[in-house]
Amino acid sequence: MAREIPYIAAVNEAIALEMARDDTVVFYGQDVAPSDEDPLVKSFGRDRVRVSPISETAEIGMAVGLALAGYRPVVELLMAEFMLVAMNQVVNEAPRLRYMSGGRVKVPLVLKAGYGFTAGWAGQHTGSIYTMFAGIPGLKVVLPSTPADAKGLMASAVRDDNPVVYLMHYLLVLEHGDVPEGEYLVPIGEAAVRRPGSDVTIVATGWTVGKALEAAEMLAAEGIEAEVIDPRSLQPLDMPAILESVEKTGHLVLADQATRHASAASIIAAEVAEHGFASLKAPIKLVTAHDATIPYSEPMEAFVLPDEVKIAEAARQALGAAPVTA
Amino acid sequence: MTDQPAPLDGERLIWIFTQMVRIREFEERVKRTFEDHPGVIRGHTHLADGAEASIVGSLAAMREGDQLMSTYRCHGYPITLGTDTKAIMAEIYGRTDGLCGGYGGSMHLADPERGFMGTSGIVGQGIPQATGVAYAAQIRKQSQVVLCFFGDGASKQGAFHESLNLASLWKLPIVYIMENNSYNVATRSEQEDANAAAGEPLSVKAVAHSMPGVTIDGGDPIAVYETVSAAADRARGGEGPTLVESKVYRLSAHGNLIAPPGVPLHYPEHEAITVFGNREEYEAALRGDPVPRFRARLVEQGTLTTERADEIVQDARDEMQAAVQFGLDSPFPEPSAALNHVYA
Repeated sequence: MAREIPYIAAVNEAIALEMARDDTVVFYGQDVAPSDEDPLVKSFGRDRVRVSPISETAEIGMAVGLALAGYRPVVELLMAEFMLVAMNQVVNEAPRLRYMSGGRVKVPLVLKAGYGFTAGWAGQHTGSIYTMFAGIPGLKVVLPSTPADAKGLMASAVRDDNPVVYLMHYLLVLEHGDVPEGEYLVPIGEAAVRRPGSDVTIVATGWTVGKALEAAEMLAAEGIEAEVIDPRSLQPLDMPAILESVEKTGHLVLADQATRHASAASIIAAEVAEHGFASLKAPIKLVTAHDATIPYSEPMEAFVLPDEVKIAEAARQALGAAPVTA
Repeated sequence: MTDQPAPLDGERLIWIFTQMVRIREFEERVKRTFEDHPGVIRGHTHLADGAEASIVGSLAAMREGDQLMSTYRCHGYPITLGTDTKAIMAEIYGRTDGLCGGYGGSMHLADPERGFMGTSGIVGQGIPQATGVAYAAQIRKQSQVVLCFFGDGASKQGAFHESLNLASLWKLPIVYIMENNSYNVATRSEQEDANAAAGEPLSVKAVAHSMPGVTIDGGDPIAVYETVSAAADRARGGEGPTLVESKVYRLSAHGNLIAPPGVPLHYPEHEAITVFGNREEYEAALRGDPVPRFRARLVEQGTLTTERADEIVQDARDEMQAAVQFGLDSPFPEPSAALNHVYA
């Protein structure tokens, strides 16, 4: 049975269900359950639900140690940028220890953080910095865009035997959607087709999925059928699903909230250029954030970000551009 | 390892001496490999010679189920825990029979089945990880204690202070053992540590984190054993962590020469000589070498005969000769095995 709940409730539900299912799951972080009346504390006890100091290196490093010792920690990091404080643990410890030990250890942990909070938070709390993590062998990176995926990907992340960066989108946390009750898993590494279409493929993640769907509605009114694909995870990245769609449509628009040169769009474009070139009837269009720090003032913030109008315009350009000659 | 810390009877003292000798002989063979078999060891190695008493005295305090993490200067711990020295040497030689299959090398040994949970090659970054292993022990409630080894340089890292604060706050069962060899690579402690510059022991850093801090002679394995045992008992009893500053002298340079491929690697002289021109400091350290010092003590008190001591040394030499030969004979991994173990 599914029922409508907000994205943030779906995330929390998955954590509670996984903690009930597996007593090696531990949840802690800054401002996590300071009160003993917190429902998670009441259900699972203080050993497994703890509030930590503002010490990201210790929080994430301790998660590595817990994982080495057989536990499955979920660390609440609040903002993706706070991981930058502890970047060595995120990119140079957690994902490398299994490899460097020749498979003698495993490091199952979840780094849970919000990102993309482009709502007047200015330059240091608004980044879409996922490609900093997606390029690291050994890390997985998931970006749920719907409440159901928020639940299913969290459950899969907790059960995964690898370190997973779980990035929830701060502009989506109050969005409602159908979420299955009880155990619900979304496999990490499988893209979702959010809207089928035959004329142009639009790949989008997180908050830009909704923008891409709005753009698709605008295009549909003009007789253009766009297919919207949400990879849902960047590492692993479901390139077969994207290539299959491009083979069908011959046109590709990549929408991404990240700055252009640190975007997932640029990675996907490179893959399609190498492996899907024969399918392309026109150059790939990237609709990313401009290469600027996110500004505070609203008109400037809107200017640097992608939106449905920019995505629709890029699709029109892709469809109107001269065919690619091999 | 037994359920209770063994009393330091004659057999236990001889066990400590034996492990110290095994570490020394192993490290000597790593060092000699640069001359005997040029090119066999790549990258960077770091030796524990001079720290044997501190390592073995600490590990003698471990009980069944206890665990440890260390820095990249990591050969001595698994040797003491009983990891096959053949597998360790083969790892340093990059061979498929290496402890970690040639994926990690000298700096990244791990043997979790024996409680050696791993290392970090980045200064200070193993400290929070060991603290997390101790958090796991606290949840598990099986009276396990974690020993966390690091150098004096690491105590200027945020990771050190964040971890000690948290471990003290949560009363985690961990003993922080700072092996203070007075040098951060080539910089002396008093040049980079405010406590050292003020003439204070580095164990005063414990005060900021509301835990006991003690400074001991890391060249005396019995003093180390007694101190770490007391700290481990305290941790086991739920009273939280202790910072132990164990003063040692590294008898080799920080590591082998850092050079691009093609330049033969070797161990330069100690930084006291090469950087500071202070040969007397180094020679004084050699006169205080903990291995012969402990041997003389055991012989003098009648625990060990010189014949038995010589046998222990010869056995260790034979063992390490076999380890070198095993490493040389072991094949290299298949190149495509490089894509294994990226994900579990």
